[in-house]
Amino acid sequence: MTGAALIKGHTGDWEVVIGLEVHAHVVSESKLFSAAATTFGAAPNSQVSLVDAAMPGMLPVINMHCVRQAVRTGLGLNAKINLHSVFDRKNYFYPDLPQGYQISQFKQPVVGEGVVVIDMPSGEPREIGIERLHLEQDAGKSLHDQHSTKSYIDLNRAGVALMEIVSKPDMRSADEAAAYLTKMRSILRYLGTCDGNMQEGSMRADVNVSVRRPGTALGTRCEIKNVNSIRFVRQAIEVESWRQVEILEDGGSIDQETRLFDPDKGETRAMRSKEESHDYRYFPDPDLLPLEFDQSFVDDLRAGLPELPDAKKARFVSEYALSEYDAGVLVVERETAAYYEAVVDGEGAGCDPKLAANWVISELFGRLNREGKTIAESPVSATQLSGLIKLVEDDTISGRIAKDVFAQMFETGTDAAAIVAAKGLKQITDSGAIEAAVEKVIQASPEQAVQFREGNQKVAGWFVGQVMKATQGKANPKLVNEILKKKLGG
Amino acid sequence: MMSALTDLTIAEAGSLLTKGEISAVDLADAHIAAMEAEAELNAFITPTPERAREMAAAADASRARGEAGLLNGIPLAAKDLFCTEGILTTAGSHILQGFEPVYESTVSENLWQAGAVLLGKTNLDEFAMGSSNVTSHYGPVKNPWGRAVGRDLVPGGSSGGSAAAVAARIALGAVGTDTGGSIRQPAAFSGIVGMKPTYGRCSRWGIVAFASSLDQAGPLTRTVQDAAIMLRAMASHDPKDSTSVDRSVPDYEAALTGDVRGLRVGVPAEYRLDGMPAEIEALWQQGITWMRDAGAEIVEVSLPLTKYALPCYYIVAPAEASSNLARYDGMRFGLRVDGADLTDTYESTRAAGFGAEVKRRVMIGTYVLSAGYYDAYYLKAQKVRSRIGEDFEAAFGRCDVLLTPTAPSAAFTIGERQDDPILMYLNDVFTVPANLAGLPGISVPAGLDREGLPLGLQIIGRAFDEETMFRAAGVLETAADFTAKPPAL
Amino acid sequence: MALDKADVLHIARLARIRVAAEDLEGIASDLNHIIDWVEQLGEVETDTTAPMTSVVQMALKTRDDVVGDGGYADKVLANAPETADGFFVVPKVIE
Repeated sequence: MTGAALIKGHTGDWEVVIGLEVHAHVVSESKLFSAAATTFGAAPNSQVSLVDAAMPGMLPVINMHCVRQAVRTGLGLNAKINLHSVFDRKNYFYPDLPQGYQISQFKQPVVGEGVVVIDMPSGEPREIGIERLHLEQDAGKSLHDQHSTKSYIDLNRAGVALMEIVSKPDMRSADEAAAYLTKMRSILRYLGTCDGNMQEGSMRADVNVSVRRPGTALGTRCEIKNVNSIRFVRQAIEVESWRQVEILEDGGSIDQETRLFDPDKGETRAMRSKEESHDYRYFPDPDLLPLEFDQSFVDDLRAGLPELPDAKKARFVSEYALSEYDAGVLVVERETAAYYEAVVDGEGAGCDPKLAANWVISELFGRLNREGKTIAESPVSATQLSGLIKLVEDDTISGRIAKDVFAQMFETGTDAAAIVAAKGLKQITDSGAIEAAVEKVIQASPEQAVQFREGNQKVAGWFVGQVMKATQGKANPKLVNEILKKKLGG
Repeated sequence: MMSALTDLTIAEAGSLLTKGEISAVDLADAHIAAMEAEAELNAFITPTPERAREMAAAADASRARGEAGLLNGIPLAAKDLFCTEGILTTAGSHILQGFEPVYESTVSENLWQAGAVLLGKTNLDEFAMGSSNVTSHYGPVKNPWGRAVGRDLVPGGSSGGSAAAVAARIALGAVGTDTGGSIRQPAAFSGIVGMKPTYGRCSRWGIVAFASSLDQAGPLTRTVQDAAIMLRAMASHDPKDSTSVDRSVPDYEAALTGDVRGLRVGVPAEYRLDGMPAEIEALWQQGITWMRDAGAEIVEVSLPLTKYALPCYYIVAPAEASSNLARYDGMRFGLRVDGADLTDTYESTRAAGFGAEVKRRVMIGTYVLSAGYYDAYYLKAQKVRSRIGEDFEAAFGRCDVLLTPTAPSAAFTIGERQDDPILMYLNDVFTVPANLAGLPGISVPAGLDREGLPLGLQIIGRAFDEETMFRAAGVLETAADFTAKPPAL
Repeated sequence: MALDKADVLHIARLARIRVAAEDLEGIASDLNHIIDWVEQLGEVETDTTAPMTSVVQMALKTRDDVVGDGGYADKVLANAPETADGFFVVPKVIE
């Protein structure tokens, strides 16, 4: 029913229950409550204001752009937008948390319940519930390797706006969790509210994992903190669910605790420093007033939303008659979908949508992947690719020649037509020329001609190959077949 | 000449400066001399005489260029809770040892922009937590009025150093902060005027925070007019403070018309406390008579929840403080006491850096916010606070200002009321309600008790109606004609 | 409910303030005294009252998304007890 991948323990089946808390850096120039810059990779403490460093008497003032980004994200997650929300202080001591509290939203978040549809390989869509989305400050960074007894603190990241997006415990396998994260990243990138860069920490996930016998109440969960790639999320869920199953099957019980995933060792382990019983003493931040806006603010933002992946996929299926799978692949990244649409009906372009999907997915993606390039870095523009496909469509070149042409386009950035012209790759559609070539081959191979006449299909293919070879692959294969049949009377 | 200069009001000094009869440097020198002579009061943590001379010279120069601001050349003291660029700022706490801000608070910057001269940073209760200035790491401040009775008296608190400096004629005025009465109560104890504006009128940016929803900067002066002049210079809309209000700053001095005919003066019945000294009650009655005689209409009003204001305050303020003071952790500035590990360093630093009263309030605040107690204490207190605000609103439906005593007693001896924190907290019983409701309040010196110590009366106004409050206070001041001064050294 | 020594120790830990064992009793007594006193708020009827969220009537102040601060690591670090290479240096943080 849910597509749950059950774990086969030696005492029976176990179901894994997963909830994800995604921490997504808001795309903004300046921080949530200060005017310091947010760019990644600057010199230590160079993007820190006195507010971020929590100097005495410093006060927060909210960046309204970050609020708009959070609301847009909420709309993209089909979620309820709360017109009244409150910033709370979450109190705990940590050297990368200069204020001694994080400004967050606890009881009244800006975004409430929503839903994300994830795409499973089975093709069956699954709905994953969103519990809430709230805005909060990120913490700074602690570096531990510089010194044996000291840590180094860089506050550049402190105060950068984060959206914490909390799912309901609706996922039942590592695959679903991976699909959820992929979809979440896709939506965020479409909206331009988070760049989704997990390597730079722009998007991180806390993974809540528990196991239970199918159909029974939820088990005790463990939270695996700060997992920074989809692959690691998958691995962490796998090892953590097995760890829990083994404990339970040995008659033990699960401690609710926070754990870390160690990708090198392929294991999760309990964090050594347990924050004092997690008593964060939340209370409304008295330096700020409640965040309030009216419905028209939300409506305006809704009106300005881009077409999101699900809608785009549906349109690709209906408008271009693509398969669900192809459409799904094309819409994962907004840039890819845009590229594809430019190939199909961009200005100065235009070609068969299905042919275009094949070319983009198989040839272009394949080559880009091998070269480690993004679609934006593609040496072949959408218009150029469209030009190539058009040459195939109108029989100017064959599909096989087209692949060679594409390879040269990728190397040189030259238009397909220019390559075809320069190299004389234009398909031979002159039946006289093809007849001459066929005659030659038949005369050179009387033995095979006899076999052909006797109906040997293998030899038929061999003849086509010989003719193509004689014409450097340029002969129109359809014509070659027709003429061979005529000449040999097969 | 020197004593004459230090006896001036800000208005008088301003007029003499304008006429060119005195210079800012003269004024600064006279006050620097007074500051040095009165060192035994311990009113200052960090005197800044050199800075004062430089600023005074600059003030004279700008006046010569015809660019004199509202407070050009006026020597002032600043409570050591205002961050001042390049000048040690301690909040009266060991934990800010050596802390020199790289920034200037908005309020103090406004004062310097208006041409004022900084004499020094004044002593205060640690993190402004106290009503007697005895919790300062830098020792207690002596009230100059102690000389009248031959005992060491508290100046009140927490702006005790600021009050003592103004009362002892060391500064023409001072800036303080008032979270539960920390300007008005020491003003009453010291025979001067102390004024807390409406919450949001002055920026809190750059003021070491005690309780964010209650803190407000204000002036301590010798006259109501001076308070009006100073407030005009201090107040501003500050984009850096989310709770600073975007309203133009009126000319408060112009509001001092001396005319209160028809003004409805509310007298809240519940401010008549059991066991309140007869002298306080008598002074209050006297104040009522003065206002009536000046043509005001006296209205009996009810503020039924008055007795709950203090306990409400002692949940809200410590809760906010427990969080506001978390940044004093030894990591980025101030004191660090190295421990065996990180937690040990935190705990050692904060144990050594905070005094007993601060620790007590941080712990109370931590407790009332902790899991399982939040609803019973903090949430309950914020609901009671809403009701206290509603009570004031209802009262202001029937009157324009309120008249109350400022404090339930005159200044007491240093060391008294130390054993029972609640006894100390009761000093603020008449001042705390205005903080809870965010309202402006002013204490005006109105008389002497039988020992010859000053007592104050308080006018509380509607939110952002400082003008009416000043007008009433001006009339009260004229009627009281308080001319007593603390004995000079 | 009166606080005992263990409660005080727990609160002190949350607040990161070291309290000597011999002081726990006295602090517990102080805190209990204050807590008993504030309990009187229970007498006030607040069933239909919303908690105060802002003491004056005003809308939340906001900023435009413009970079206009930072770029002064030296100032940020100026008062630090220990620094190295532009970082704050603190006792080892254990994850």
